[in-house]
Amino acid sequence: MTKAIAMRDAFLRKIHKEMDYDRKIFFVSADFGSPVLDEIRRDYPERFINVGIAEQNLINISAGLSLEGFKVFAYAIAPFITMRCFEQLRVNLALLSEVRELNVNLVGVGAGYSYVVSGPTHQCYEDLSLIRSLPNFKILSPSDHYSAEGVFQYCLDNKGPKYLRFDAQLLPALRDDVNKKLISNGFEVLQNDGSDGIIIATGYMVHTALKVASYLREKGKFISVIDLVNLTGFDPKSLLKEIQGFPLIVTLEEGFEGRGGLDALIGSFVNKEGLKVKLEGIGVRPGYSFELGTRQQLHEKVGIGERAVSTRIIKSFKGLE
Amino acid sequence: MNINDLEKRVEWVWFQTLKIHRDSPETRIASSLSPIEIFVALYYGGLLNYSAKEPLIDSRDRLIISKGHGSISMYPILADLGFFSHEELNRVCKEGGILGGIPDPIIPGYETVNGSLGHGLGVATGVALALRVKRATQEVFVLTGDGELHEGSCWEAIMFAGHHGLENLTLIVDNNSTSMLDHTENIVSHGNLAARLEAFGWLVHEVDGHNVLEVHEKLSYLKSSKISKPKALIAKTIKGRGVPGLEGHPLSHIINPKRETLDAILGETD
Repeated sequence: MTKAIAMRDAFLRKIHKEMDYDRKIFFVSADFGSPVLDEIRRDYPERFINVGIAEQNLINISAGLSLEGFKVFAYAIAPFITMRCFEQLRVNLALLSEVRELNVNLVGVGAGYSYVVSGPTHQCYEDLSLIRSLPNFKILSPSDHYSAEGVFQYCLDNKGPKYLRFDAQLLPALRDDVNKKLISNGFEVLQNDGSDGIIIATGYMVHTALKVASYLREKGKFISVIDLVNLTGFDPKSLLKEIQGFPLIVTLEEGFEGRGGLDALIGSFVNKEGLKVKLEGIGVRPGYSFELGTRQQLHEKVGIGERAVSTRIIKSFKGLE
Repeated sequence: MNINDLEKRVEWVWFQTLKIHRDSPETRIASSLSPIEIFVALYYGGLLNYSAKEPLIDSRDRLIISKGHGSISMYPILADLGFFSHEELNRVCKEGGILGGIPDPIIPGYETVNGSLGHGLGVATGVALALRVKRATQEVFVLTGDGELHEGSCWEAIMFAGHHGLENLTLIVDNNSTSMLDHTENIVSHGNLAARLEAFGWLVHEVDGHNVLEVHEKLSYLKSSKISKPKALIAKTIKGRGVPGLEGHPLSHIINPKRETLDAILGETD
């Protein structure tokens, strides 16, 4: 495995490179940066603009630019770009894209608890359910810098509004390169030797899922792990093929449990496909906390740490017996 | 079109708008009567480049009507200019029609989603920025009400456009001084709105919004002005203008004129 780089930097590097060839790419930031972004604003001052701390305007400006044919990347911290300007997303992106061609990509940095010590304002556990509620929005949730990089071409190739949910921390790579199949299929099976159950996870939680699977293996339970990146555009036949036959499907997300996120997404998929399977949707216990600690410590407290998840899955197996 | 014709056109649009409202009382009439001269000056005064055949043609000026529900008076104008057939005017708010209580961008001549207030100015600002980067010469006009300017998102756009000197953007405020429940002044006053916009770096003019000749003159002046600032025209207007019982009423947004009043103005149903 190669050295980890931040998802946003991997993604921004792709943008930086492409802006040279594609003069239709426009980058709009709500006063949020990164070292790679410094290069973008230095090299393409005409197609980079900082709207200031003004997310409503970030979206409205992006919608206006896109109406005029620009492919827009709008960049801010995840909870702000999804929640402060929710009605702008609804009216000027989701709704307007019914009748106008738009390509606006929201790049939200700070999925889940990735801003560990900043507390609940900067953490983001509602975005998946909120954005899922908007028709016409595509949602992409990478798990490492390769998958983040892979998402870039998808953004250029697919019109419409999109929400990219990036982690703010450096996460180890889960693959050796940009896997093209990952983006076209929308998911990748990272651990395929399971027989007892399968975990479908997204973003940071894929890393937790792999640790949980390896812990459970020691306990004699064999679990496969799927990394779901394209939440709205995965290939349903391929996913069905991978998950059918398992007695237990677990979803694992760094978002509120039972509030319309990954659990609801997979729940309705499984239901629609008529799979007879036990479904365990694991996410953040709904509530807000001001407690401090490492991300792992915070995760254990809200029910999505490695130990908490393992315990819950073991309990779930007992219910099957 | 000569100047006298503009005045006649205003009368015609006023009459047609009331007719639409008599047939479709779900439409917001009072706030649709205040911006008539603005629409007439733009469309019939040669200020707005448009194509009825190809409403989204690149060479058009962009007109974004942010106060969507208060623009039913656009319907007769757009029909008259050939954006859609006159028949549509007979089925406003009816099944199978395209003209709703709040205009949507499925209507030829409408650019964006309107109705939810505080969106149009920001989107127009993005469009103006895009045109500038593309070195395009088209102008962007955006119409808001004064009540709408209570939305914070408007001021995010006003700050931004002022800072970037977006000279291709013209904000027209239909300043009818009345929101839904009261006069704006009694809700949250804009104080000296012109001074406020100027403080944000805008070139601001004020006008009697019911004098179509002056509206036309001011808009022509602003359009030809080469100053590198966004421009605003604050048009002093009257909500429900010309309709007894409605004109100037603090609740004119939500009360409908009496049927007898409309019949008296329009004549019995034809």
